[in-house]
Amino acid sequence: MQFGIFTVGDVTPDPTTGRAPTEAERVKSLITIALKAEEVGLDVFAQGQHHNPPFVVSSPTTTLGYIAAKTEKLVLSTSTTLITTTDPVKIAEDFATLQHVADGRVDLMMGRGNTGPVYPWFGKDIRDGIPLAVENYQLLRRLWREDVVDWEGQFRTPLQGFTSTPRPLDGVPPFVWHGSIRSPQIAEQAAYYGDGFFHNHIFWPPEHTERMVEFYRRRFEHYGHGSADQAIVGLGGQVFMRKNSQDAVREFRPYFDKAPVYGGGPSLEEFTSQTPLTVGSPEQVIERTLGFRDYVGDYQRQLFLIDHAGLPLKTVLEQLDILGEEVVPVLRREFAALKPAHVPDAPTHAGLVAAAGGGHDSTVHAADDVTGRTVETAAQA
Amino acid sequence: MTTRTLAVVSAGLSDPSSTRLLADRLTAATVEALRARGEDATVEVVELRGHARDLADNLTSGFGNGSLQTAIDTVVGADALIAVTPVFSASYSGLFKTFFDVLDKDALTGKPVLLGATAGTPRHSLVVEHAMRPLFAYLRAVVVPTGVFAAAEDWAGGGVDRSLAGRVERAAGELAGLVSGRPVATRPADPFADPTTSFEELLKGR
Repeated sequence: MQFGIFTVGDVTPDPTTGRAPTEAERVKSLITIALKAEEVGLDVFAQGQHHNPPFVVSSPTTTLGYIAAKTEKLVLSTSTTLITTTDPVKIAEDFATLQHVADGRVDLMMGRGNTGPVYPWFGKDIRDGIPLAVENYQLLRRLWREDVVDWEGQFRTPLQGFTSTPRPLDGVPPFVWHGSIRSPQIAEQAAYYGDGFFHNHIFWPPEHTERMVEFYRRRFEHYGHGSADQAIVGLGGQVFMRKNSQDAVREFRPYFDKAPVYGGGPSLEEFTSQTPLTVGSPEQVIERTLGFRDYVGDYQRQLFLIDHAGLPLKTVLEQLDILGEEVVPVLRREFAALKPAHVPDAPTHAGLVAAAGGGHDSTVHAADDVTGRTVETAAQA
Repeated sequence: MTTRTLAVVSAGLSDPSSTRLLADRLTAATVEALRARGEDATVEVVELRGHARDLADNLTSGFGNGSLQTAIDTVVGADALIAVTPVFSASYSGLFKTFFDVLDKDALTGKPVLLGATAGTPRHSLVVEHAMRPLFAYLRAVVVPTGVFAAAEDWAGGGVDRSLAGRVERAAGELAGLVSGRPVATRPADPFADPTTSFEELLKGR
């Protein structure tokens, strides 16, 4: 099982000081957090994509590319990549490039984005969210799997004889997760392709997660990718920890009370009892997290949100220390002991290459305009 | 004998409240009218006061907690709805509106509904027509022609004014007429049932 963190890259004032980081500080803090994640032994760093303030994550592969160069093992992922408003051609190019830069330590999570005004900035309409996700993702898959694509659809200018470059590393595209809080169509999409399904698993009661994951597993089996319990499931979750749980509650409360997504509604206590949000000791986080398995089954990836709502970088790094030293080693051991042998691990590039019968260079060389000869045919001649 | 579920939403705040009193009269008259048509009824009352904080929480959190969700399921799954609000600042109360704000926009489509309102003065008597009816038209509910408004003076004089009793009876008869003979209400379609549209069809562009 993989453990990691995911961030939305928000620039939020620290409610205890009133000071917001600059964009420069926040962009750098994402990098510091990612490097720390590798240092403390986490497996995955996933970054969101937003095109409006207060976020600094409009160009995910720029940041992820830098992190790739500074890390050895960390898997770089997204939370999420906007499949609705981003040109699938650009996604294909950016993430195939990142795959080469990172030697395969890359996967992606597709998401639709729920900020209405963003869609028209990119010539789209939020009411087309599902059809956009369906059409764009189908094109993205073809761009990675077919060297030359002829394509026509509803939402993008047609492509004739288009080759997306660079071709995927070893001829194997990055693994894809699909994230959705409550749209069964997206779970259906993940199941149809045999891709992973991720539920963000924060803000809402776990029953919502349970229903979505159950549906995805059932449809994964329906489409013949394996038994329901072999479907690839990822969960989010938000935690804040201190050695003594009362200290955690006291320290986190002002951040909760002022957080744009939490403030003004149910209390911290109500939210922690009604949703998976866990604020307490490392032991409490371990117990709660192990309990996720009771309603989603054996799953492959657990990501925590830890840098949200204006928490200072120093605090976030302390949270990473606790995760790496006290929480994840126990979770890793306990989940592994519970997982039956036929349930797969989270897909990795190496695993996908092996499943494809080995890697091969998939470079597409340009044909000579006049003779139609490529470098390859010229070499054979 | 067919048994109908009658959901009653009352936004009255005091106890006893004239809003609840009107809701009870409308309910009793509807049960009676259904019996006359050979149908039985189970009544489920949702007092919104008990969900005031749940509703505010739902606005910020986006989900209904357990107790509110039970109330919502009761209303959504009923054969008919009687909805009664006090008049606040010339319209339904904020509490009343919030309950209908957090329902799914399709949750009441086709649902037979009887509307009632109470106020201290008869000068608010068109609130049912000018405020409540458009709300339920938006929700595509089927609202009976008679809405029942009761002002303080309707309750005065040691008993219910004859004309109020007449309006209650007429409205209840209209609701019973809408309900009886219809198929018994079913819960809304399960979004997690196996899809009826194949993914291949979605790929072809709907």
